[in-house]
Amino acid sequence: MRIAVVDLGVGNLRSVKQAVSTVAPNADVVLTSDANTLLESDKIVLPGQGAVGTWFSELQSRGLEDAIKTCLDQKPLLGICVGMQALFDYCEEDGGRQGLGLFKGSVRHFSNFHQVVEASENPPLPRLKIPQMGWNQVFQLRDHPLWNGIEDDAYFYFVHSFCANTAPDSDLGVVYGGADYGHKFIAAVGRDNVFAVQFHPEKSHDNGLRLLKNFTEWNGQAA
Amino acid sequence: MPLAKRIIPCLDVDNGRVVKGVNFVGIRDAGDPVEVAKRYNEQGADEITFLDITATSDDRGTILEVVEQVASEVFIPLTVGGGVRELADVRGLLNAGADKISVNSTAVFKPEFIKEASGHFGSQCIVVAIDAKQTHFFEKGDCYDRWEIFTHGGRKQTGIDAVEWAVKMAEYGAGEILLTSMDGDGTKAGYDLKLTKAVTDAVNIPVIASGGVGNLNHLVDGVKAGGADAVLAASIFHFGEYTVQQAKEAMRDAGIEVRL
Repeated sequence: MRIAVVDLGVGNLRSVKQAVSTVAPNADVVLTSDANTLLESDKIVLPGQGAVGTWFSELQSRGLEDAIKTCLDQKPLLGICVGMQALFDYCEEDGGRQGLGLFKGSVRHFSNFHQVVEASENPPLPRLKIPQMGWNQVFQLRDHPLWNGIEDDAYFYFVHSFCANTAPDSDLGVVYGGADYGHKFIAAVGRDNVFAVQFHPEKSHDNGLRLLKNFTEWNGQAA
Repeated sequence: MPLAKRIIPCLDVDNGRVVKGVNFVGIRDAGDPVEVAKRYNEQGADEITFLDITATSDDRGTILEVVEQVASEVFIPLTVGGGVRELADVRGLLNAGADKISVNSTAVFKPEFIKEASGHFGSQCIVVAIDAKQTHFFEKGDCYDRWEIFTHGGRKQTGIDAVEWAVKMAEYGAGEILLTSMDGDGTKAGYDLKLTKAVTDAVNIPVIASGGVGNLNHLVDGVKAGGADAVLAASIFHFGEYTVQQAKEAMRDAGIEVRL
């Protein structure tokens, strides 16, 4: 089995590759920015850190957008952090831009969601440190093979300033997990052969390694 | 659900060994960094920080090797600092397996570097380390306390106010502040809680308290009285006085949210 970790030159790619190799010692885990390699691989890990604008321009300059879209249709794919955010309709960061549109909803700065919530609630929420940096609990909203062996409310490691929420007309069936930082936001989202998480499984110790192991064993079916 | 407060064992690395100093001098050997990091990973540390405390050009290769070895065995965040001068240094450490890069002296000489680095790699991986020491200044005949920052592993005084500096670094895109009290470092007398509180109140990014932990109550104080988001300690863990697990239990018993 070949698992391709998409290399856009940003973020802690080595950590992702290392963690996947550890849980799947017999798999051929490659770090690649070659479209053909992606199309020939069995599974895809789509990581991301930093700014979403940089992420998209790297995707385009490497000519990977079409290959990623094909993989999103066909292969088990795990999005991580910005690799999850990019799958939504709209990302507010860097002046705002369209995402890949696999999921309805938008990715906004914590403080923007915070203002909306704060205005409607009394008393005001406590001051939020941004980025959210650290271990937060993920509540599971529905079963998924990638949650196998992971308890509800398990801790995962998050580092991000922008977070995803659904649009009013969204299909809530795609939301597999949430977390709470000042307000609730999407921690895990999925559809068919795609599963994506806001947290960093590669840095989330035993729970994260279990999720990655589940991914390497996943047949790409949601149920 | 509040974010769990983090406990971060710190490995001061000199020439490939973990060492521990008192007030930045007087070094004692504490073992092989990979073995030490694995031990803390098993004990449930939330993160590990490596500081290359001498950071001469000769040591640079050593720290990259150490980061690579640790990153292949430890699946929690790794912060690495010491001798980061250029974007290429940040890139090199990230490629070696670091998740966050701590910058100290370079930020003081070239504050724009923090803008560049956070713009390029994202605020989430740029930590500004501040080494602060209590000093005094005179105004209209009265003496006032303040905290001044020092660079070069605590050897050079800068005249810069630590609290104002933290605010500026947050504005420049730092994702986190690693705040070390040089007065406290290695003394086991506890964090400088006034300094910690002054900085945590002034900035809207996470602050790691560092310098002076001698017992588990000091960790609790760092969070409760200092307002820190994470607490860093070295010698209480290195020499086997306490495990990370014991530290977390003490924090939980004091009513602090921790990942157990």
